[in-house]
Amino acid sequence: MTGLRGAAYVVGVYEHPGRELPDRSVAQIHAEVARGALADAGLTPADVDGYFCAGDAPGGPVAMSDYLGLSTRHCDSTDYGGSAYVALVSHAAQAIMAGKCSVALITMGGRPRSGRRRLPAQDNPALPFEETYGHSNPASYALAARRHMYEYGTTSEQLAEVKVAASTHAQHNPNALLRKVVTVEDVIGSRLIADPLHLMDCCVVTDGGGAAIVVSPDVARRLDRRGAKLLGAGEATKHMGRGPIDLTYTGAVWSGPRAFAEAGVQPGDIDYASIYDSFTITVVQTLEDLGFCEKGHGGRFVLDGRLQAPHGGLPVNTDGGSLCNNHPGNRGGMTRLIEAVRQLRAEAHPAVQVPDARLALVHGTGGWLGTRMGSATLILGQEDS
Amino acid sequence: MTPFDAPEPDAPLPVPEPMFDADTAPFWRGAGEGKLLLTRCDECGAYVWIPRPYCPFDLSPTRWVEASGRGVVYSHTTVHRGERAYATRPPFVLAYVELDEGPRVLTNVVGCDPADVAIGMPVAVVFDAVEGSAGVAVPRFAPG
Repeated sequence: MTGLRGAAYVVGVYEHPGRELPDRSVAQIHAEVARGALADAGLTPADVDGYFCAGDAPGGPVAMSDYLGLSTRHCDSTDYGGSAYVALVSHAAQAIMAGKCSVALITMGGRPRSGRRRLPAQDNPALPFEETYGHSNPASYALAARRHMYEYGTTSEQLAEVKVAASTHAQHNPNALLRKVVTVEDVIGSRLIADPLHLMDCCVVTDGGGAAIVVSPDVARRLDRRGAKLLGAGEATKHMGRGPIDLTYTGAVWSGPRAFAEAGVQPGDIDYASIYDSFTITVVQTLEDLGFCEKGHGGRFVLDGRLQAPHGGLPVNTDGGSLCNNHPGNRGGMTRLIEAVRQLRAEAHPAVQVPDARLALVHGTGGWLGTRMGSATLILGQEDS
Repeated sequence: MTPFDAPEPDAPLPVPEPMFDADTAPFWRGAGEGKLLLTRCDECGAYVWIPRPYCPFDLSPTRWVEASGRGVVYSHTTVHRGERAYATRPPFVLAYVELDEGPRVLTNVVGCDPADVAIGMPVAVVFDAVEGSAGVAVPRFAPG
């Protein structure tokens, strides 16, 4: 048997309701989301035999196994930045398929809103060539947006439509940090952070976290709760390109086709998509690279409410996404996963629930569009798909 | 004055000391001598960016060579909210410059109004010395 289609099920998810948590440690947030996801699945900590986390986990997988009291026989701490948790679903499924674990817990948490603590400096050999010049998250994505505009005629008004869709969804999410519906004019009129990106082109900064439980088909069958079936997964790294970096596309050009091929479906089959929205340009480039439209047509694709649930052609980020709802720990992959599972369980807010959502895509982008990134794509289906 | 108010338009950019190591010291010390250095593969001849001792095409050794210091703007942004050393110095221009040798290097475009920077604009290297650093400078680019 090769490929991950049907190899595992996401049977529990939990998004921390907090957006500003000054009195909690990051480890405590991990514990709270672990409790929440296990309760959602109908499992206990004693059932967990695989633990998965990324760079936000204080002390790494061994320290967190100790803190959470886990007795595991498999751990993985692959850190693709914010996309890590999307890739870790795939890694958990691979471990389950190989018999290395049967109940995998994935946790993430952070508190950049109240703590402002930077993760320990990584010994990244490229950083002196970037930070010396004032490289920052918004500036990195702005460089990509500028080049995309130059090559394809993408406009600020088109980028703004992504934020408008997110805000339209977020009004129904009581936990969302920003619940006010905004217009294209509001976005364009917000102050410039890094030209051409405005304040409202940028995601929120929040404390919080999330967790997911990934289990074998045998375990999934014994549980009362419906899960989401893993149908396909792909991952990739994209970087400086050995010198002449190309800012017009993302790693989704590789991770997407790998996931679609494994699942045996096409972009046109997808009912709901969770697309990591660190910035509006991230969504436009990713939609193109995943094949939802022709390369360069992403700006036109997002017009006319296409991303808006429940009746848009491709409802995206129905919780309000990172642009309005939540971007815990500056890492948005987990919350994208969680909303996709809600949609497949028909447990999204009724105002944004996609009717008969049978196939969902989750895409994570970790790192920077302007330098290097990890990309991870999942195709999920209803439990009986 | 808040960090987001524009300073004098001709105020110099900060010149933070790069946290380089043995691999890349020649780049920053070369800049201190007024040279823009790149690593180039002994085997395949590729110019390699970011500088490193082994070529990313074939993992063969590289050597330092002097670049022309000329190129064109590939992409650019005027940053209105800087971070770290740049927190009090917006707006400034962060850009990728495509060197004549091929690599696209992250840098600042200086010596002109940020509003005048455009994709395709020809630029040439300039060097900003790091104060008190004994021979280290930061290469940037200006119209030319």
